[in-house]
Amino acid sequence: MSAAAESISKDAPPIAVSVNNVTKIYPGGVEALNDMTIQFPKGELTSLLGPSGCGKTTLLKIIAGLLEPTSGHVTVNGIPVTGPGKERAFVFQDFALMPWASVMRNAAFGLELQGVAKSERHAIAEKYIKAVGLDGCEKLYPHELSGGMRQRVGLARALAVNAEVLLMDEPFSAVDEQTRRKFQEDLLGVVADEGKTFIFVTHSIEEAVYVSQSIALLLPRPSRVSEIIKPDIRRDITPDAIRRDPVYLDIVERIWQGLRVYVE
Amino acid sequence: MASFLIHPWVLRLISVVIAFSFWEYLGRIPISPAFPTFLQTMSALWGMIADGSMAAVYPATFQPLLIGLVISSVLGIACGVFMGLNAKAEWFGAPVFIVLQSAPLAALIPLLTFAYGIGLTSKILTVSIMAMPVIVLNAYTAVRHTPTSMLEMGRSYLGSQRQVILKIIIPAASPVIYAGLRLGAAMGFIGAILAELLITPTGIGDLITYNQSIAEYDKMYAAIFSIMVFAVIFIEILERTEYMFFRPDKRVTQ
Repeated sequence: MSAAAESISKDAPPIAVSVNNVTKIYPGGVEALNDMTIQFPKGELTSLLGPSGCGKTTLLKIIAGLLEPTSGHVTVNGIPVTGPGKERAFVFQDFALMPWASVMRNAAFGLELQGVAKSERHAIAEKYIKAVGLDGCEKLYPHELSGGMRQRVGLARALAVNAEVLLMDEPFSAVDEQTRRKFQEDLLGVVADEGKTFIFVTHSIEEAVYVSQSIALLLPRPSRVSEIIKPDIRRDITPDAIRRDPVYLDIVERIWQGLRVYVE
Repeated sequence: MASFLIHPWVLRLISVVIAFSFWEYLGRIPISPAFPTFLQTMSALWGMIADGSMAAVYPATFQPLLIGLVISSVLGIACGVFMGLNAKAEWFGAPVFIVLQSAPLAALIPLLTFAYGIGLTSKILTVSIMAMPVIVLNAYTAVRHTPTSMLEMGRSYLGSQRQVILKIIIPAASPVIYAGLRLGAAMGFIGAILAELLITPTGIGDLITYNQSIAEYDKMYAAIFSIMVFAVIFIEILERTEYMFFRPDKRVTQ
Protein backbone atom coordinates (compact mmCIF):
# COMPACT_ATOMS: atom_id res chain seq x y z
CA MET A 1 0.00 0.00 0.00
CA SER A 2 2.77 2.42 0.87
CA ALA A 3 4.26 1.70 -2.54
CA ALA A 4 1.02 2.76 -4.13
CA ALA A 5 0.93 5.96 -2.11
CA GLU A 6 4.49 6.78 -3.10
CA SER A 7 3.85 6.25 -6.77
CA ILE A 8 1.16 8.92 -6.52
CA SER A 9 3.37 11.42 -4.76
CA LYS A 10 6.01 11.06 -7.46
CA ASP A 11 3.43 12.02 -10.06
CA ALA A 12 3.16 15.68 -10.91
CA PRO A 13 -0.21 16.88 -9.44
CA PRO A 14 0.00 18.24 -5.89
CA ILE A 15 -2.04 16.66 -3.15
CA ALA A 16 -5.43 18.19 -2.32
CA VAL A 17 -6.59 15.84 0.41
CA SER A 18 -4.39 13.70 2.56
CA VAL A 19 -5.70 11.03 4.91
CA ASN A 20 -3.12 10.00 7.48
CA ASN A 21 -3.42 6.87 9.63
CA VAL A 22 -7.13 7.34 10.15
CA THR A 23 -8.91 4.83 12.35
CA LYS A 24 -12.61 4.99 13.01
CA ILE A 25 -14.30 2.85 15.63
CA TYR A 26 -18.03 3.47 15.97
CA PRO A 27 -19.63 3.53 19.42
CA GLY A 28 -20.38 -0.10 20.07
CA GLY A 29 -16.99 -1.26 18.83
CA VAL A 30 -17.51 -1.64 15.07
CA GLU A 31 -14.23 -0.84 13.37
CA ALA A 32 -15.03 0.93 10.10
CA LEU A 33 -11.51 2.10 9.24
CA ASN A 34 -8.18 0.80 10.45
CA ASP A 35 -5.06 2.95 10.07
CA MET A 36 -6.03 4.21 6.63
CA THR A 37 -3.59 6.37 4.70
CA ILE A 38 -4.41 7.69 1.25
CA GLN A 39 -3.81 10.81 -0.81
CA PHE A 40 -6.00 12.52 -3.36
CA PRO A 41 -4.29 14.53 -6.14
CA LYS A 42 -5.57 17.99 -6.99
CA GLY A 43 -7.83 18.48 -9.99
CA GLU A 44 -8.55 14.80 -10.47
CA LEU A 45 -11.46 12.52 -9.87
CA THR A 46 -10.51 9.72 -7.52
CA SER A 47 -12.97 6.92 -6.84
CA LEU A 48 -13.20 5.00 -3.62
CA LEU A 49 -14.32 1.61 -4.80
CA GLY A 50 -14.97 -1.43 -2.73
CA PRO A 51 -17.52 -3.92 -1.48
CA SER A 52 -19.99 -2.84 1.15
CA GLY A 53 -18.51 -2.70 4.63
CA CYS A 54 -15.10 -1.48 3.53
CA GLY A 55 -15.67 1.93 5.10
CA LYS A 56 -15.72 4.06 1.97
CA THR A 57 -18.65 6.23 3.05
CA THR A 58 -17.16 6.52 6.54
CA LEU A 59 -13.90 7.74 5.01
CA LEU A 60 -15.76 10.28 2.87
CA LYS A 61 -17.69 11.61 5.87
CA ILE A 62 -14.47 11.94 7.87
CA ILE A 63 -12.95 13.94 5.00
CA ALA A 64 -16.12 16.04 4.96
CA GLY A 65 -15.75 16.71 8.68
CA LEU A 66 -19.15 15.16 9.41
CA LEU A 67 -17.56 12.34 11.41
CA GLU A 68 -14.57 12.53 13.72
CA PRO A 69 -11.85 9.94 13.30
CA THR A 70 -11.03 7.93 16.42
CA SER A 71 -7.35 8.53 15.65
CA GLY A 72 -5.29 9.92 12.80
CA HIS A 73 -6.04 13.08 10.86
CA VAL A 74 -7.08 14.45 7.50
CA THR A 75 -5.60 17.54 5.87
CA VAL A 76 -7.05 19.53 2.98
CA ASN A 77 -4.42 21.67 1.24
CA GLY A 78 -2.21 21.02 4.24
CA ILE A 79 -4.72 22.32 6.79
CA PRO A 80 -6.07 19.77 9.29
CA VAL A 81 -9.80 19.07 9.12
CA THR A 82 -11.69 19.83 12.33
CA GLY A 83 -15.19 19.99 10.87
CA PRO A 84 -17.02 20.87 7.69
CA GLY A 85 -15.29 23.61 5.71
CA LYS A 86 -15.83 26.07 2.92
CA GLU A 87 -13.33 24.34 0.68
CA ARG A 88 -15.33 21.08 0.67
CA ALA A 89 -18.83 20.41 -0.65
CA PHE A 90 -20.84 17.21 -0.28
CA VAL A 91 -23.14 15.46 -2.73
CA PHE A 92 -25.48 13.06 -0.93
CA GLN A 93 -26.54 9.58 -1.90
CA ASP A 94 -30.21 10.39 -1.21
CA PHE A 95 -29.81 13.91 -2.70
CA ALA A 96 -30.72 15.63 0.63
CA LEU A 97 -32.83 18.21 -1.17
CA MET A 98 -35.38 20.19 0.77
CA PRO A 99 -38.78 19.14 -0.59
CA TRP A 100 -40.33 22.49 0.36
CA ALA A 101 -37.80 24.52 -1.61
CA SER A 102 -37.66 25.11 -5.36
CA VAL A 103 -34.75 23.91 -7.49
CA MET A 104 -33.41 27.46 -7.36
CA ARG A 105 -33.49 27.69 -3.57
CA ASN A 106 -32.03 24.21 -3.17
CA ALA A 107 -29.17 24.92 -5.57
CA ALA A 108 -28.48 28.25 -3.85
CA PHE A 109 -28.87 26.86 -0.32
CA GLY A 110 -25.15 26.53 0.42
CA LEU A 111 -24.76 30.20 -0.48
CA GLU A 112 -27.89 31.11 1.50
CA LEU A 113 -26.33 29.53 4.61
CA GLN A 114 -23.17 31.55 3.98
CA GLY A 115 -25.25 34.72 3.98
CA VAL A 116 -24.80 35.61 0.31
CA ALA A 117 -27.42 38.16 -0.83
CA LYS A 118 -30.42 36.77 -2.65
CA SER A 119 -29.86 38.28 -6.10
CA GLU A 120 -26.20 37.32 -6.06
CA ARG A 121 -26.74 33.74 -4.95
CA HIS A 122 -29.54 33.27 -7.47
CA ALA A 123 -27.29 34.47 -10.26
CA ILE A 124 -24.59 31.99 -9.23
CA ALA A 125 -27.06 29.13 -8.76
CA GLU A 126 -28.65 29.85 -12.12
CA LYS A 127 -25.29 29.44 -13.81
CA TYR A 128 -24.75 26.01 -12.23
CA ILE A 129 -28.33 24.89 -12.76
CA LYS A 130 -27.62 25.55 -16.42
CA ALA A 131 -24.24 23.79 -16.19
CA VAL A 132 -25.82 20.57 -14.89
CA GLY A 133 -28.47 20.70 -17.62
CA LEU A 134 -31.53 21.79 -15.65
CA ASP A 135 -32.15 24.96 -17.59
CA GLY A 136 -35.74 26.12 -17.10
CA CYS A 137 -36.42 23.94 -14.04
CA GLU A 138 -35.59 26.66 -11.50
CA LYS A 139 -39.14 27.04 -10.23
CA LEU A 140 -39.94 23.33 -9.95
CA TYR A 141 -39.98 21.43 -6.67
CA PRO A 142 -37.94 18.25 -6.08
CA HIS A 143 -41.01 15.98 -6.20
CA GLU A 144 -41.62 17.15 -9.76
CA LEU A 145 -38.17 15.95 -10.85
CA SER A 146 -36.87 12.48 -11.68
CA GLY A 147 -34.15 10.93 -9.50
CA GLY A 148 -31.46 11.85 -11.98
CA MET A 149 -32.62 15.45 -12.16
CA ARG A 150 -32.74 15.67 -8.35
CA GLN A 151 -29.12 14.59 -8.12
CA ARG A 152 -28.23 17.22 -10.70
CA VAL A 153 -29.68 19.78 -8.29
CA GLY A 154 -27.50 18.25 -5.56
CA LEU A 155 -24.48 18.64 -7.84
CA ALA A 156 -25.42 22.24 -8.72
CA ARG A 157 -25.66 23.04 -5.00
CA ALA A 158 -22.17 21.60 -4.42
CA LEU A 159 -20.70 23.46 -7.41
CA ALA A 160 -22.37 26.75 -6.48
CA VAL A 161 -20.42 27.14 -3.22
CA ASN A 162 -17.25 26.97 -5.33
CA ALA A 163 -15.47 24.49 -3.08
CA GLU A 164 -12.17 23.07 -4.28
CA VAL A 165 -13.01 19.54 -3.23
CA LEU A 166 -16.27 17.81 -4.10
CA LEU A 167 -17.16 14.78 -2.04
CA MET A 168 -19.69 12.53 -3.73
CA ASP A 169 -21.26 9.69 -1.77
CA GLU A 170 -22.59 7.13 -4.24
CA PRO A 171 -24.32 9.96 -6.07
CA PHE A 172 -25.83 7.77 -8.78
CA SER A 173 -26.87 4.76 -6.75
CA ALA A 174 -30.46 5.99 -6.42
CA VAL A 175 -30.67 6.84 -10.12
CA ASP A 176 -31.85 4.45 -12.81
CA GLU A 177 -29.29 2.88 -15.16
CA GLN A 178 -30.01 4.89 -18.34
CA THR A 179 -30.00 8.19 -16.48
CA ARG A 180 -26.87 7.14 -14.68
CA ARG A 181 -24.91 6.62 -17.92
CA LYS A 182 -25.88 10.05 -19.19
CA PHE A 183 -25.02 11.55 -15.83
CA GLN A 184 -21.59 9.88 -15.82
CA GLU A 185 -20.82 11.36 -19.22
CA ASP A 186 -21.90 14.80 -18.03
CA LEU A 187 -19.82 14.42 -14.87
CA LEU A 188 -16.70 13.92 -17.00
CA GLY A 189 -17.48 17.27 -18.63
CA VAL A 190 -17.92 18.96 -15.24
CA VAL A 191 -14.62 17.50 -13.96
CA ALA A 192 -12.81 18.79 -17.04
CA ASP A 193 -14.46 22.25 -16.91
CA GLU A 194 -14.28 23.00 -13.21
CA GLY A 195 -10.76 21.80 -12.46
CA LYS A 196 -11.84 20.74 -8.99
CA THR A 197 -10.81 17.73 -6.96
CA PHE A 198 -13.51 15.07 -6.85
CA ILE A 199 -13.65 12.20 -4.39
CA PHE A 200 -16.24 9.78 -5.57
CA VAL A 201 -17.57 6.84 -3.59
CA THR A 202 -19.10 4.04 -5.61
CA HIS A 203 -19.67 0.33 -5.52
CA SER A 204 -19.95 0.06 -9.30
CA ILE A 205 -16.74 -1.09 -10.96
CA GLU A 206 -17.83 0.09 -14.42
CA GLU A 207 -18.73 3.50 -13.06
CA ALA A 208 -15.40 3.88 -11.27
CA VAL A 209 -13.38 2.88 -14.32
CA TYR A 210 -15.43 5.11 -16.59
CA VAL A 211 -15.30 8.35 -14.59
CA SER A 212 -12.04 8.22 -12.62
CA GLN A 213 -8.49 9.35 -13.15
CA SER A 214 -7.55 7.02 -10.34
CA ILE A 215 -9.35 4.37 -8.35
CA ALA A 216 -8.53 3.53 -4.76
CA LEU A 217 -9.56 -0.04 -4.25
CA LEU A 218 -10.66 -0.52 -0.65
CA LEU A 219 -10.99 -3.91 0.93
CA PRO A 220 -12.77 -4.85 4.15
CA ARG A 221 -11.79 -6.83 7.24
CA PRO A 222 -9.52 -5.08 8.06
CA SER A 223 -10.37 -2.09 5.90
CA ARG A 224 -7.40 -0.95 3.85
CA VAL A 225 -6.38 0.55 0.53
CA SER A 226 -5.35 -2.54 -1.39
CA GLU A 227 -4.36 -0.83 -4.62
CA ILE A 228 -4.44 2.44 -6.54
CA ILE A 229 -5.42 1.88 -10.14
CA LYS A 230 -5.06 4.50 -12.84
CA PRO A 231 -7.40 3.46 -15.62
CA ASP A 232 -5.50 4.68 -18.64
CA ILE A 233 -8.44 4.63 -21.00
CA ARG A 234 -8.73 6.79 -24.09
CA ARG A 235 -10.87 9.86 -23.56
CA ASP A 236 -10.85 11.04 -27.16
CA ILE A 237 -13.40 8.47 -28.34
CA THR A 238 -17.19 8.44 -27.85
CA PRO A 239 -18.63 7.21 -24.55
CA ASP A 240 -20.03 4.12 -26.25
CA ALA A 241 -16.68 3.33 -27.81
CA ILE A 242 -15.05 3.66 -24.39
CA ARG A 243 -17.45 1.11 -22.96
CA ARG A 244 -16.38 -1.34 -25.69
CA ASP A 245 -12.68 -0.43 -25.47
CA PRO A 246 -10.58 -3.53 -24.58
CA VAL A 247 -8.46 -1.47 -22.15
CA TYR A 248 -11.62 -0.39 -20.29
CA LEU A 249 -12.98 -3.94 -20.21
CA ASP A 250 -9.66 -5.36 -19.04
CA ILE A 251 -9.49 -2.97 -16.10
CA VAL A 252 -13.08 -3.75 -15.12
CA GLU A 253 -12.27 -7.45 -15.26
CA ARG A 254 -9.05 -7.05 -13.26
CA ILE A 255 -10.83 -5.17 -10.49
CA TRP A 256 -13.64 -7.70 -10.43
CA GLN A 257 -11.13 -10.53 -10.03
CA GLY A 258 -9.62 -8.72 -7.07
CA LEU A 259 -12.99 -8.09 -5.43
CA ARG A 260 -14.86 -11.31 -6.07
CA VAL A 261 -13.33 -13.16 -3.12
CA TYR A 262 -15.03 -10.62 -0.84
CA VAL A 263 -18.39 -11.13 -2.45
CA GLU A 264 -18.41 -14.89 -2.53
CA MET B 1 -67.65 11.04 -16.10
CA ALA B 2 -65.63 8.53 -14.11
CA SER B 3 -62.94 11.11 -13.41
CA PHE B 4 -65.65 13.53 -12.28
CA LEU B 5 -66.95 10.96 -9.80
CA ILE B 6 -63.59 10.46 -8.12
CA HIS B 7 -62.82 14.15 -7.88
CA PRO B 8 -62.07 14.87 -4.18
CA TRP B 9 -64.82 17.46 -3.84
CA VAL B 10 -67.43 15.17 -5.38
CA LEU B 11 -66.37 12.35 -3.07
CA ARG B 12 -66.58 14.65 -0.05
CA LEU B 13 -70.04 15.79 -1.10
CA ILE B 14 -71.19 12.21 -1.58
CA SER B 15 -69.96 11.16 1.85
CA VAL B 16 -71.69 14.15 3.47
CA VAL B 17 -74.95 13.40 1.66
CA ILE B 18 -74.81 9.75 2.76
CA ALA B 19 -74.16 10.68 6.39
CA PHE B 20 -76.96 13.26 6.49
CA SER B 21 -79.43 10.93 4.75
CA PHE B 22 -78.68 8.28 7.33
CA TRP B 23 -79.23 10.83 10.08
CA GLU B 24 -82.57 11.83 8.50
CA TYR B 25 -83.58 8.15 8.28
CA LEU B 26 -82.67 7.42 11.93
CA GLY B 27 -84.58 10.54 13.02
CA ARG B 28 -87.67 9.42 11.12
CA ILE B 29 -87.82 5.87 12.58
CA PRO B 30 -87.49 7.47 15.23
CA ILE B 31 -84.77 5.83 17.31
CA SER B 32 -85.55 8.13 20.23
CA PRO B 33 -87.91 11.02 20.85
CA ALA B 34 -84.79 12.95 21.84
CA PHE B 35 -83.24 12.48 18.39
CA PRO B 36 -84.48 15.00 15.81
CA THR B 37 -84.17 14.44 12.07
CA PHE B 38 -81.55 16.19 10.01
CA LEU B 39 -84.08 18.53 8.42
CA GLN B 40 -85.63 19.49 11.77
CA THR B 41 -82.17 20.24 13.07
CA MET B 42 -81.33 22.36 10.06
CA SER B 43 -84.52 24.38 10.32
CA ALA B 44 -83.84 24.90 14.05
CA LEU B 45 -80.33 25.99 13.13
CA TRP B 46 -81.66 28.42 10.57
CA GLY B 47 -84.13 29.78 13.10
CA MET B 48 -81.39 30.33 15.68
CA ILE B 49 -79.17 32.06 13.14
CA ALA B 50 -82.07 34.23 11.97
CA ASP B 51 -83.19 35.35 15.43
CA GLY B 52 -79.62 36.11 16.49
CA SER B 53 -79.49 33.70 19.41
CA MET B 54 -76.58 31.85 17.79
CA ALA B 55 -74.53 34.97 17.16
CA ALA B 56 -75.20 36.12 20.71
CA VAL B 57 -73.63 33.08 22.38
CA TYR B 58 -70.57 32.44 20.21
CA PRO B 59 -68.30 35.20 21.50
CA ALA B 60 -68.50 33.65 24.99
CA THR B 61 -67.38 30.27 23.60
CA PHE B 62 -64.73 31.58 21.25
CA GLN B 63 -62.96 33.70 23.84
CA PRO B 64 -61.57 30.85 26.00
CA LEU B 65 -61.28 28.62 22.93
CA LEU B 66 -59.09 30.97 20.90
CA ILE B 67 -56.99 32.14 23.84
CA GLY B 68 -56.50 28.51 24.91
CA LEU B 69 -55.58 27.39 21.40
CA VAL B 70 -53.10 30.21 20.88
CA ILE B 71 -51.45 29.47 24.24
CA SER B 72 -51.28 25.73 23.65
CA SER B 73 -50.04 26.12 20.05
CA VAL B 74 -47.24 28.55 20.86
CA LEU B 75 -46.22 26.88 24.11
CA GLY B 76 -46.82 23.38 22.75
CA ILE B 77 -44.73 23.82 19.60
CA ALA B 78 -41.98 25.52 21.60
CA CYS B 79 -41.91 22.70 24.18
CA GLY B 80 -42.09 20.01 21.52
CA VAL B 81 -39.33 21.47 19.37
CA PHE B 82 -37.14 21.99 22.42
CA MET B 83 -37.73 18.42 23.56
CA GLY B 84 -36.89 17.18 20.07
CA LEU B 85 -33.60 19.09 20.06
CA ASN B 86 -32.52 18.50 23.61
CA ALA B 87 -32.29 15.04 25.15
CA LYS B 88 -32.50 16.37 28.72
CA ALA B 89 -35.68 18.29 27.98
CA GLU B 90 -37.05 15.13 26.39
CA TRP B 91 -36.37 13.11 29.54
CA PHE B 92 -38.05 15.75 31.62
CA GLY B 93 -41.00 16.61 29.39
CA ALA B 94 -42.02 13.53 27.42
CA PRO B 95 -43.43 11.51 30.36
CA VAL B 96 -45.52 14.47 31.56
CA PHE B 97 -47.20 14.94 28.20
CA ILE B 98 -47.63 11.23 27.53
CA VAL B 99 -49.44 10.90 30.89
CA LEU B 100 -51.50 14.03 30.20
CA GLN B 101 -52.50 12.73 26.81
CA SER B 102 -53.93 9.52 28.21
CA ALA B 103 -55.36 11.03 31.40
CA PRO B 104 -59.14 11.41 31.72
CA LEU B 105 -59.04 15.18 31.54
CA ALA B 106 -62.74 15.67 32.20
CA ALA B 107 -62.03 14.32 35.67
CA LEU B 108 -59.46 17.06 36.23
CA ILE B 109 -61.91 19.87 35.51
CA PRO B 110 -63.38 19.98 39.05
CA LEU B 111 -59.81 20.33 40.29
CA LEU B 112 -59.21 23.28 37.96
CA THR B 113 -62.45 24.88 39.09
CA PHE B 114 -61.40 24.39 42.69
CA ALA B 115 -58.06 26.08 42.04
CA TYR B 116 -59.00 28.83 39.58
CA GLY B 117 -62.70 29.44 40.17
CA ILE B 118 -65.47 29.41 37.61
CA GLY B 119 -64.18 32.23 35.43
CA LEU B 120 -62.34 32.50 32.15
CA THR B 121 -59.04 31.14 33.55
CA SER B 122 -60.45 27.69 34.25
CA LYS B 123 -61.98 27.49 30.79
CA ILE B 124 -58.78 28.58 29.06
CA LEU B 125 -56.88 25.99 31.11
CA THR B 126 -59.37 23.29 30.14
CA VAL B 127 -58.89 24.07 26.46
CA SER B 128 -55.11 24.13 26.92
CA ILE B 129 -54.72 20.86 28.78
CA MET B 130 -56.89 19.16 26.19
CA ALA B 131 -55.07 20.60 23.19
CA MET B 132 -51.48 20.81 24.34
CA PRO B 133 -50.31 17.19 24.82
CA VAL B 134 -50.94 16.13 21.23
CA ILE B 135 -49.37 19.34 19.91
CA VAL B 136 -46.25 18.85 22.03
CA LEU B 137 -45.87 15.17 21.26
CA ASN B 138 -46.30 15.67 17.51
CA ALA B 139 -43.82 18.55 17.40
CA TYR B 140 -41.33 16.51 19.40
CA THR B 141 -41.67 13.41 17.21
CA ALA B 142 -41.45 15.50 14.05
CA VAL B 143 -38.23 17.20 15.12
CA ARG B 144 -36.76 13.86 16.18
CA HIS B 145 -37.40 12.41 12.75
CA THR B 146 -35.66 15.04 10.65
CA PRO B 147 -33.86 13.00 7.97
CA THR B 148 -30.21 12.49 8.94
CA SER B 149 -28.92 13.40 5.49
CA MET B 150 -30.79 16.72 5.67
CA LEU B 151 -29.03 17.52 8.95
CA GLU B 152 -25.68 16.46 7.51
CA MET B 153 -26.40 18.67 4.50
CA GLY B 154 -26.99 21.64 6.80
CA ARG B 155 -23.77 20.97 8.68
CA SER B 156 -21.60 20.30 5.65
CA TYR B 157 -22.76 23.55 4.00
CA LEU B 158 -21.76 25.34 7.21
CA GLY B 159 -25.18 26.22 8.56
CA SER B 160 -25.14 27.63 12.08
CA GLN B 161 -27.25 25.79 14.65
CA ARG B 162 -29.86 28.54 14.38
CA GLN B 163 -29.96 28.26 10.58
CA VAL B 164 -30.25 24.49 10.72
CA ILE B 165 -33.18 24.73 13.15
CA LEU B 166 -35.04 27.50 11.32
CA LYS B 167 -34.30 26.57 7.72
CA ILE B 168 -34.18 22.78 7.88
CA ILE B 169 -35.57 21.18 11.04
CA ILE B 170 -38.74 23.26 11.43
CA PRO B 171 -39.83 23.18 7.77
CA ALA B 172 -39.05 19.44 7.64
CA ALA B 173 -41.12 18.94 10.78
CA SER B 174 -43.98 21.20 9.74
CA PRO B 175 -46.31 18.54 8.26
CA VAL B 176 -46.30 16.54 11.48
CA ILE B 177 -46.40 19.67 13.65
CA TYR B 178 -49.48 20.77 11.69
CA ALA B 179 -51.06 17.35 12.04
CA GLY B 180 -50.62 17.86 15.79
CA LEU B 181 -52.11 21.35 15.58
CA ARG B 182 -55.17 20.04 13.77
CA LEU B 183 -55.68 17.27 16.34
CA GLY B 184 -55.00 19.78 19.11
CA ALA B 185 -57.55 22.22 17.67
CA ALA B 186 -60.15 19.45 17.57
CA MET B 187 -59.35 18.59 21.19
CA GLY B 188 -59.52 22.29 22.05
CA PHE B 189 -63.07 22.54 20.67
CA ILE B 190 -64.03 19.56 22.79
CA GLY B 191 -62.34 21.20 25.78
CA ALA B 192 -64.23 24.46 25.27
CA ILE B 193 -67.61 22.70 25.19
CA LEU B 194 -66.64 20.46 28.11
CA ALA B 195 -65.73 23.55 30.14
CA GLU B 196 -69.09 25.12 29.38
CA LEU B 197 -70.94 21.97 30.29
CA LEU B 198 -68.99 21.23 33.46
CA ILE B 199 -67.84 24.58 34.86
CA THR B 200 -70.45 27.24 34.11
CA PRO B 201 -73.03 27.17 31.34
CA THR B 202 -72.06 29.99 28.98
CA GLY B 203 -71.90 30.33 25.23
CA ILE B 204 -72.76 27.39 23.06
CA GLY B 205 -72.57 25.05 26.04
CA ASP B 206 -75.38 27.05 27.64
CA LEU B 207 -77.43 26.73 24.46
CA ILE B 208 -76.93 22.97 24.51
CA THR B 209 -77.76 22.55 28.21
CA TYR B 210 -80.72 24.92 28.16
CA ASN B 211 -82.36 23.36 25.11
CA GLN B 212 -81.79 19.92 26.52
CA SER B 213 -83.48 20.89 29.80
CA ILE B 214 -86.57 22.23 28.02
CA ALA B 215 -86.60 19.26 25.60
CA GLU B 216 -86.03 21.38 22.48
CA TYR B 217 -83.89 18.66 21.01
CA ASP B 218 -83.76 20.06 17.50
CA LYS B 219 -82.23 23.28 18.85
CA MET B 220 -79.84 21.33 21.04
CA TYR B 221 -78.59 19.33 18.06
CA ALA B 222 -78.42 22.48 15.97
CA ALA B 223 -76.09 24.00 18.57
CA ILE B 224 -73.89 20.88 18.55
CA PHE B 225 -73.95 20.85 14.77
CA SER B 226 -72.87 24.48 14.57
CA ILE B 227 -69.82 23.96 16.77
CA MET B 228 -68.81 20.96 14.66
CA VAL B 229 -69.05 23.07 11.51
CA PHE B 230 -66.84 25.70 13.11
CA ALA B 231 -64.32 23.05 14.14
CA VAL B 232 -64.13 21.67 10.60
CA ILE B 233 -63.74 25.13 9.06
CA PHE B 234 -61.09 26.07 11.59
CA ILE B 235 -59.08 22.92 10.93
CA GLU B 236 -59.36 23.42 7.17
CA ILE B 237 -58.04 26.99 7.49
CA LEU B 238 -55.16 25.69 9.57
CA GLU B 239 -54.24 23.26 6.82
CA ARG B 240 -54.27 26.04 4.24
CA THR B 241 -51.89 28.15 6.33
CA GLU B 242 -49.43 25.29 6.38
CA TYR B 243 -49.34 25.13 2.59
CA MET B 244 -49.05 28.89 2.45
CA PHE B 245 -46.20 29.41 4.89
CA PHE B 246 -44.20 26.20 5.05
CA ARG B 247 -44.89 23.88 2.20
CA PRO B 248 -45.25 25.73 -1.11
CA ASP B 249 -44.40 22.42 -2.77
CA LYS B 250 -47.69 20.90 -1.64
CA ARG B 251 -49.68 23.69 -3.26
CA VAL B 252 -48.29 22.55 -6.58
CA THR B 253 -49.95 19.15 -6.32
CA GLN B 254 -53.23 20.46 -4.95
